Amino acid sequence: MATFSSRRLTKELVALREECPAGITLLSTEDLKSWTLSLELLGESLFKGEVFALRFTFGSRYPIEAPEVVFVVNDKYKAPMHPHVYSNGHICASILGSEWSPVLNTSTICITLQSMLASCKKKERPEGNDRYVKNAPLSPKNTHFLYDDDSV
Amino acid sequence: MIDGTQESNSEMSDNDDYNFDAELSVMKGKARQRAFDVEAESLSVQDIEAIMKRDAEHVSGIFGAPVSIAYLLLRYQTWNKEKLIERYMDDPSKVLATAGVLDPSTENLASPLMPPSSRRVTRGTTSTRSRQSQPSPPPFMCPICCDDEPPNIMSLGCGHMYCSNCWDTYLHTKIREEGELSIRCMDELCAIQADQTFIRKVVSNQDLQRYHELLVRDYVTNNPQLRFCPHPGCAYALSCAAASTKSALQTIVPTVRCAEKHAFCFGCALEGGHAPVICTVSKLWLKKCADDSETANWIKSNTKECTNCNSTIEKNGGCNHMTCKKCKNEFCWVCMGSWAEHGTSWYSCNRYDEKDGVDARDIQSKSRASLERYLHYYNRWANHEQSARLSLDLYAKTEKKMEEMQITSNLTWIEVQFAKKAVDEVIKCRKTLKWTYAMAFYLESGNAKQLFEDNQADLEKAVEDLSELLESPIEPETIPILRQKMTDKTVYVAKRNDIVLEDTAKGFVDGRWIWNIGM
Repeated sequence: MATFSSRRLTKELVALREECPAGITLLSTEDLKSWTLSLELLGESLFKGEVFALRFTFGSRYPIEAPEVVFVVNDKYKAPMHPHVYSNGHICASILGSEWSPVLNTSTICITLQSMLASCKKKERPEGNDRYVKNAPLSPKNTHFLYDDDSV
Repeated sequence: MIDGTQESNSEMSDNDDYNFDAELSVMKGKARQRAFDVEAESLSVQDIEAIMKRDAEHVSGIFGAPVSIAYLLLRYQTWNKEKLIERYMDDPSKVLATAGVLDPSTENLASPLMPPSSRRVTRGTTSTRSRQSQPSPPPFMCPICCDDEPPNIMSLGCGHMYCSNCWDTYLHTKIREEGELSIRCMDELCAIQADQTFIRKVVSNQDLQRYHELLVRDYVTNNPQLRFCPHPGCAYALSCAAASTKSALQTIVPTVRCAEKHAFCFGCALEGGHAPVICTVSKLWLKKCADDSETANWIKSNTKECTNCNSTIEKNGGCNHMTCKKCKNEFCWVCMGSWAEHGTSWYSCNRYDEKDGVDARDIQSKSRASLERYLHYYNRWANHEQSARLSLDLYAKTEKKMEEMQITSNLTWIEVQFAKKAVDEVIKCRKTLKWTYAMAFYLESGNAKQLFEDNQADLEKAVEDLSELLESPIEPETIPILRQKMTDKTVYVAKRNDIVLEDTAKGFVDGRWIWNIGM
């Protein structure tokens, strides 16, 4: 892992341990490669009372390249029912792809995803969810998403 | 004596030397008026770079902006200089803003986005942090790598400061990994684009070279009059104004040749070209022929073609709103209609025409009945394709025969070249013949098709005769006769080939061809 990447992640981790944004909790950080955070919505929304977990995986080129971010899907956690979230946890969000900027960080990603969930009007899966999930690459970073919908 | 075919045997040896030249000049004379020829120019990467530079300097002169900024603006306007100038004259600030260029009229004012600590740093330049500056600024920490003592910090015109290492990694990732020319400032909300002057200061020579390659590629892709030679590893591009529009391709078949002599179709980039049929027909035919293979089935079921530029698109996620990466055409994946009419129905399309589904089933049931007819044309097409593939063998065999002839007769190496010329002609004509079968498959029965098939049959017969001559055994006493026959036949075959090409080309211009399916 490049020095700039580990230096930056160390700083982020220190900041997160000190204070997380509202509704975000650090679950596990075994190393500087993969972190798990829990995410819930505090205000009024369709997802009130539900708790999700996000897994961040940082490559050696982070933060020049976006991290891989997915919702954890296991016995304990499910992916939120949202038109931009596939049932395998993959997220179709432009800031994790073409709109990524190196000044964004773990905390800003969490806040953006919170607001993405908060503005949801109807709980449903993206169209073609089953087909995508069947053929999806292991990492969503290998999927070429098209980002169109700015409303939710 | 101009036409070599009328010579008698006794005259041959005397007049041989200038005979071929005379024939060549006749061919050249003819070449200018043939209906199936198109004018095209082969350009090297350097030629294209020179054109780009000329355009950029022109724009730079008019706008009073640096050349590197002119490149950014031209790329933003897909290298359409006239349109850029027109738009710029209309509303310069709007053009600059959307292209991600800092407005020079406001450049002297401190940008509100600029952090106070960085004001003393000259824009777009590297600055070594000096200790002796009077009011000690707050310590700078690169917001990307969190280095609080970076050796160098730099910014684009917008003033967002990052250390030079981060810039290098960022530019390298964009240029090398993503092949991206549009490189924004690293700030989340900043739209300012990195220009060449800045990039040159940061990246390695290899990355800079790659950047220039990407620029040239972008220029060629966006210019309808240009196309890269599709031959692997060939760097030439062809310029062909006559075939630059979709409508032109309905009547002309632009087989062009790059400086390395690779022939291809300017319209659809098919290597070797597909004369005498137009791109639409060749594409339909190839698609049909490939339909049996697994790949074709996969493409058929998983991809669709952009309704504007025909690029093949696979959708592997996201909603139905498609934006073609190549031409930026926006359409609906479900009904293939223009996106403009869909509004906000991202995940469902209520414009789906039920009739389409019924039609699709109808077409499928009909396809069985037409399979036999298809095979008739396909087998003949494939036969010529196969022969062309064996052309290397044929050349090798012929060369052996030429050597044999030299030994058994008193002919020189130059004099036995007639056999090689015959092979050249056979290969060329088999290519024409091959495509005439694709054409005939789609032609509606009638007089026009009858005449077309007559010409096709004449050429076919002539080519088979010549092929047979090439196979005939070498007997020392009959070599002069064989040579005469073969030379005559070669000239005749060339003429028949020209007739097919010429007549088909004219037919397209006159609108004589009637198709049995919608084109």
